[in-house]
Amino acid sequence: MSEITPGLWALLLRGVWVTVQLTVYSAALGAVVAFVVGLARTHRLWIVRFVSGAYFELFRGTSALVLMIWVFFVVPVTLGWQLVPMWAAVLTLGCTYGAYGSEVVRGAVAAVPQAQREAGVALGFTPAQRLRKIVLPQAWPEMVPPFNNLLIELLKGTALVSVLGVGDITFAAQLVRNATGQSAPVYTVILVLYFVLAFLLTRGMRQVERRAKANVGRLAPAGPGTAARTGRVRRRDLAGSSSASGGAS
Amino acid sequence: MPADTDPLIPKPATAANGSAGRELIRLEQVTKRFGDTTVLDRLDLSVDAGRHVTLIGPSGSGKTTILRLLMTLTKPDEGTITVDGRRLFPAPEKQCREVRKKIGMVFQQFNLFPNMTVLRNVTEAPRTVLGLSRDEAEARARELLDLVGLADKCDMRPTRLSGGQQQRVAIARALAMRPRVLLLDEVTSALDPELVAGVLDLLRDIARSTDITLLCVTHEMGFARDISDQVLMFDAGRIIESGPPEKLFGDPDHERTREFLSSVL
Repeated sequence: MSEITPGLWALLLRGVWVTVQLTVYSAALGAVVAFVVGLARTHRLWIVRFVSGAYFELFRGTSALVLMIWVFFVVPVTLGWQLVPMWAAVLTLGCTYGAYGSEVVRGAVAAVPQAQREAGVALGFTPAQRLRKIVLPQAWPEMVPPFNNLLIELLKGTALVSVLGVGDITFAAQLVRNATGQSAPVYTVILVLYFVLAFLLTRGMRQVERRAKANVGRLAPAGPGTAARTGRVRRRDLAGSSSASGGAS
Repeated sequence: MPADTDPLIPKPATAANGSAGRELIRLEQVTKRFGDTTVLDRLDLSVDAGRHVTLIGPSGSGKTTILRLLMTLTKPDEGTITVDGRRLFPAPEKQCREVRKKIGMVFQQFNLFPNMTVLRNVTEAPRTVLGLSRDEAEARARELLDLVGLADKCDMRPTRLSGGQQQRVAIARALAMRPRVLLLDEVTSALDPELVAGVLDLLRDIARSTDITLLCVTHEMGFARDISDQVLMFDAGRIIESGPPEKLFGDPDHERTREFLSSVL
């Protein structure tokens, strides 16, 4: 039995960095997948809806852990090419969480009032222009809170990569446990590390949400400790509108 | 006010382009059903360029459906629709889009885009759809917003405006496309009573000072009387009576018209 030495701390920190990288890359891929699949699921052609719906069901219904192992160990045998563990993990996590995200995109797009689309038709916009100029900008604020949930799920999901030997936080913790012979200290530390990372993500996403809502003329619900900043948005939003305060009800 | 050299709103019925009194809108044998309900029943309708036509009748009689058909927000089950000599239904989507550019619509609930400023609401379609430059589109928008009395609200979000103000922006937004036909779908029904007059005055102004073709569904009978050349009385998916406002409001032929008018006046 021994202490966590500076060298082991460095290992954990490197693990944090790997986890952050995994989260960022997977989130980027996941966002692309979420928008492409989510919008495809609202497409007017049934075949597009069918294929994207099948993708969604497939990835929602399979275990990310099993899929990751499958991509890393089975694909090389059958197809003859090997992904580095990091990218096998990003591919699996991106596709899986992208599938969940597609549901968020689909729901938010469907929640934009039909009247807004009709106004777009009346002004002669093409379907693509309506999507870009009217529907997506209004759907976006609705997507941010559920995306925040998914992002945190994804962050914690990156721990799965430790089975592929990717040196993330969880993998580093296993090494530290082997070195120190103790589970309690290091797993308590990484519990806190994950929490801190998740908390930072939430704070970041709240900023995104506030900006997104201000863009459609709404105020984000003030979370704990955010009242002061909400006030700032409010003032800016009202800056040009003092003369209309009477008619704004 | 609009500059004389650059009319904000086209004047299709002037002698200059020789279209005065020419038929602009034609519906033939149009039937529209929702499930088992027949909303329009083999309806024929013809509107000449520059006319101001008001559609009245009990709710569910098919008035709004006519406007929605012309705006291609819904498709008829049978019949043909022609606007300015071009088929709107049945027609390929690309042709619909061309015809659609000639038609503007103002909705009961305004339907302004909350993700854009007031100015952007008015400039977006001219820039995206008509390909105007930013400067051209903004110059046109500022003139129109001035016309509707909201020049000072350009940079605000529409959600900060009153209903009446929002509706006036929506009118400016529709006019910015310089449509030949403007469809007005119960444009004051969602407004607080004290805000109705401002919007109606603006529309009276537009009806008087331009030759835009107006199709108007309204429950404001006074307004209908003021602006219309022709009033159509709808009942159960058919036009049961049609004529100048003096006749229809003063001495209607049809018993249903009399009943309807006495119920709303």
